[in-house]
Amino acid sequence: MDMTVAKKKLGLKERYAVMTRGLDWTPSYQKMEDIYPYIAYEGIKIHDWDKWEDPFRLTMDAYWKYQAEKERKLYSVLDAFTQNNGHLNVTDARYLNTVKLFLSGISPLEYVAHRGFAHAGRQFPGPGPRVACLMQSLDEIRHAQTQVHAVSNYNKYYNGMHDFHHAHDRVWFLSVPKSFFDDAITAGPFEFMVSIGFSFEYVLTNLLFVPFVSGAAYNGDMAAMTFGFSAQSDEARHMTLGLEVIKFILEQDPDNVPIVQRWIDKWTWRGYRVLTLVAMMMDYMLPKRTMSWKESWEIYFEENGGALFKDLARYGIKMPQCAEQIALEKDHLSHQAWSTFYNYAAAANFHTWMPDEDEMEWLSAKYPNSFDKLYRPRYEFWREQAAKGNRFYNKTLPMLCQTCQIPMIFTEPGDPTKICYREVDYKGDKYHFCSDHCKAIFEHEPEKYVQAWLPVHQIYQGNCFPEGTDPTVEGFDPLAAVLKYYNLEHGRDNLDFDVSEDKKNFAEWRGQATKNI
Amino acid sequence: MQIDLRTVTIKPLRHTFDNIARRIGGDKPASRYQEGTLDMQQTANFHYRPTWDPAHDIYDASRSSIKMADWYAFKDPRQFYYGAYTMARAKQQDTAEANFDFVENRGLAATLPEAVRDTALKLLVPLRHVAWGSNMNNASICAYSYGTGFSQPHIFHSMDQLGIAQYLTRVGLLLGDVASLDEGKRAWMDDDAWQGLRRYVEDSFVVKDPVELFVVQNVVLDGLMYPLVYETIVDDVLASKGGTAVAMLTQFMTDWFAETKKWADATVKIAAAESAENKEIMTKWLTAWRDRAAAALLPVARIALGDRTDELMGEVVQQFNARMAKAGVAI
Repeated sequence: MDMTVAKKKLGLKERYAVMTRGLDWTPSYQKMEDIYPYIAYEGIKIHDWDKWEDPFRLTMDAYWKYQAEKERKLYSVLDAFTQNNGHLNVTDARYLNTVKLFLSGISPLEYVAHRGFAHAGRQFPGPGPRVACLMQSLDEIRHAQTQVHAVSNYNKYYNGMHDFHHAHDRVWFLSVPKSFFDDAITAGPFEFMVSIGFSFEYVLTNLLFVPFVSGAAYNGDMAAMTFGFSAQSDEARHMTLGLEVIKFILEQDPDNVPIVQRWIDKWTWRGYRVLTLVAMMMDYMLPKRTMSWKESWEIYFEENGGALFKDLARYGIKMPQCAEQIALEKDHLSHQAWSTFYNYAAAANFHTWMPDEDEMEWLSAKYPNSFDKLYRPRYEFWREQAAKGNRFYNKTLPMLCQTCQIPMIFTEPGDPTKICYREVDYKGDKYHFCSDHCKAIFEHEPEKYVQAWLPVHQIYQGNCFPEGTDPTVEGFDPLAAVLKYYNLEHGRDNLDFDVSEDKKNFAEWRGQATKNI
Repeated sequence: MQIDLRTVTIKPLRHTFDNIARRIGGDKPASRYQEGTLDMQQTANFHYRPTWDPAHDIYDASRSSIKMADWYAFKDPRQFYYGAYTMARAKQQDTAEANFDFVENRGLAATLPEAVRDTALKLLVPLRHVAWGSNMNNASICAYSYGTGFSQPHIFHSMDQLGIAQYLTRVGLLLGDVASLDEGKRAWMDDDAWQGLRRYVEDSFVVKDPVELFVVQNVVLDGLMYPLVYETIVDDVLASKGGTAVAMLTQFMTDWFAETKKWADATVKIAAAESAENKEIMTKWLTAWRDRAAAALLPVARIALGDRTDELMGEVVQQFNARMAKAGVAI
């Protein structure tokens, strides 16, 4: 070869192509269907994997370089945070309950996303989607770990997060986020990509991840804010992937459109139900609020999501029908959720409280159509009762929705005075639902949703007591036994914020750090 | 003389999470590797069975015939969590980048003896496909194995192999051009020399047991191929013929193998030491796949080693057997 002849210089796109799809080949010693066994059963038709447009062109050497730089910065901030008692800089100790909710409810999901994207990446025969999925799998373990590392220092000083992995697999309300991700990862690889890659990462991320990070920034939580900002460029990549997945599947075959539409409908609703936790966090748990749940739904879903679905209309995809019901619920969602957690504060791993007068004013300004009429009177009554020493803790277990697993607390669309109940008979058993949408999801795949591990059913069946518990002995206290099973310490991890050790310690430590006593 | 900086000290309520304390023998400060690894994978009360594998739970130890009382017995001696991992690789890629620049800027590719460049291209370029296969296999192990102690290093390994496939692509482009990549792929698909290895790789794609796949790919195939290709052929044989520049371009792989084999050895050792049954299974897998891999690599080795192929391949296999014996499995 004559080396003096100038070599053809590859363009960025061609160079990336030889670095990824050029590596692939069509096997001949094993059959494609044996190597990729999970790719056909969902009914999605892919004719040409090469039509996949790489949403970003990142080779591994560049990935390592950028990501290591971000990790170095992040961990130096976390070290400084620890050294300086950064936990004392949060607005007030109530904020810590957001951290508990995040660590036990959301961080474990990042881990499931990591394993799920490894699975999807392994199963897609196309090198383009495989590389994108595996890179996301690697990012997701980053997010799970940086979150644990960021919150680790809070755990040293505050209650409720000391056994969060154990809690995530057991505590009643945590089955809501857990079952959501279990649902996604047990679906086929294409549905997984639509549920997590598109619906969760693309459509809903501004309503989930962003409110926590903005909440952290507004409330002086440098640790959570830093991992949030550090994850931002990863999230941007994931959003691009989510959108590319949808477009790719839709462009491959018209038969894919109705399947994808059903998945978008399902996962928008499933995702929205999980956002119930975020809604109450935004309206009640952040001492300094970024915006109301209603405002954020209007901006990020109704406006931005509306534009997205207009864009997808050319593929025949419509705005999910559930959006209409969500619009009707937006004046009520966070209030109904907070009321429930206020009730069940004895069985949760974080504290609840009644909003103070200023906060009530904020709520009535943000929710002029509903707050003063429906929720303020309730809160005033509970506040009075608490002042008299009758802080109410509900110890009767609620009925759960078979699909979203949230207690049946939501009201009829359009009638906020009437609880919404739906039911289905299936193979001799009765199943209950919070809404038409959860009911429809069940009816499409009943064999899947009958398997749900419903915390209330499990408690009543005696499956949520420590081993060796005898519930028939005189004076048996089921709540105490369930808390033991959750590994929550009564009086420290649960109950009202007002009587909490967190409140007392925070005040004392802040005094110690700022005064000469 | 020491300076005495004063900070406000607040006595913490606890030093780590309960699950970590249970595993490290009490409430004491834990490392980031420990807090980022132990019990990260969910273990209880799964809601639904995978529609793609209804016989198993989402995470299910019974996907492997290796049985462990506690899958967190598997520990990564490198203590790699994401941060430690990317920082280690970023450093290595800095070195690799400097090496590529050095070779490129001084025109060293052009000064390579024709025969050395030819051999390097013939041998190294098809190996990008082997690395790509390993990327997929390690994704598979990460997805379907049990416990983060075991699964986590495999996502790192998977992406390392993608990186290696990309470095090999760059070697092909630097010593040759795009046509060299096409030629490498053609050889991979059609030439007799590569068919045994391609069959081995494609057969590994249908291995379902994640621990077996770890053995097939990361212990056996890499355990024979890396010493053969990068230590014996590139660093010794080609270097002695004026091919030091090639060794610079593959330094990442040499260093990577030296690092990762410590983890692979520790993993083999822990699995085999658990029980007589495990040891028997590991021995069976290691022996059967070693024989297949050694046979598949022989014609590949011949591309560079000619008459000395049998002798040097024999040495590589001997070294591998000794390595496994040290890890507790005599084969």
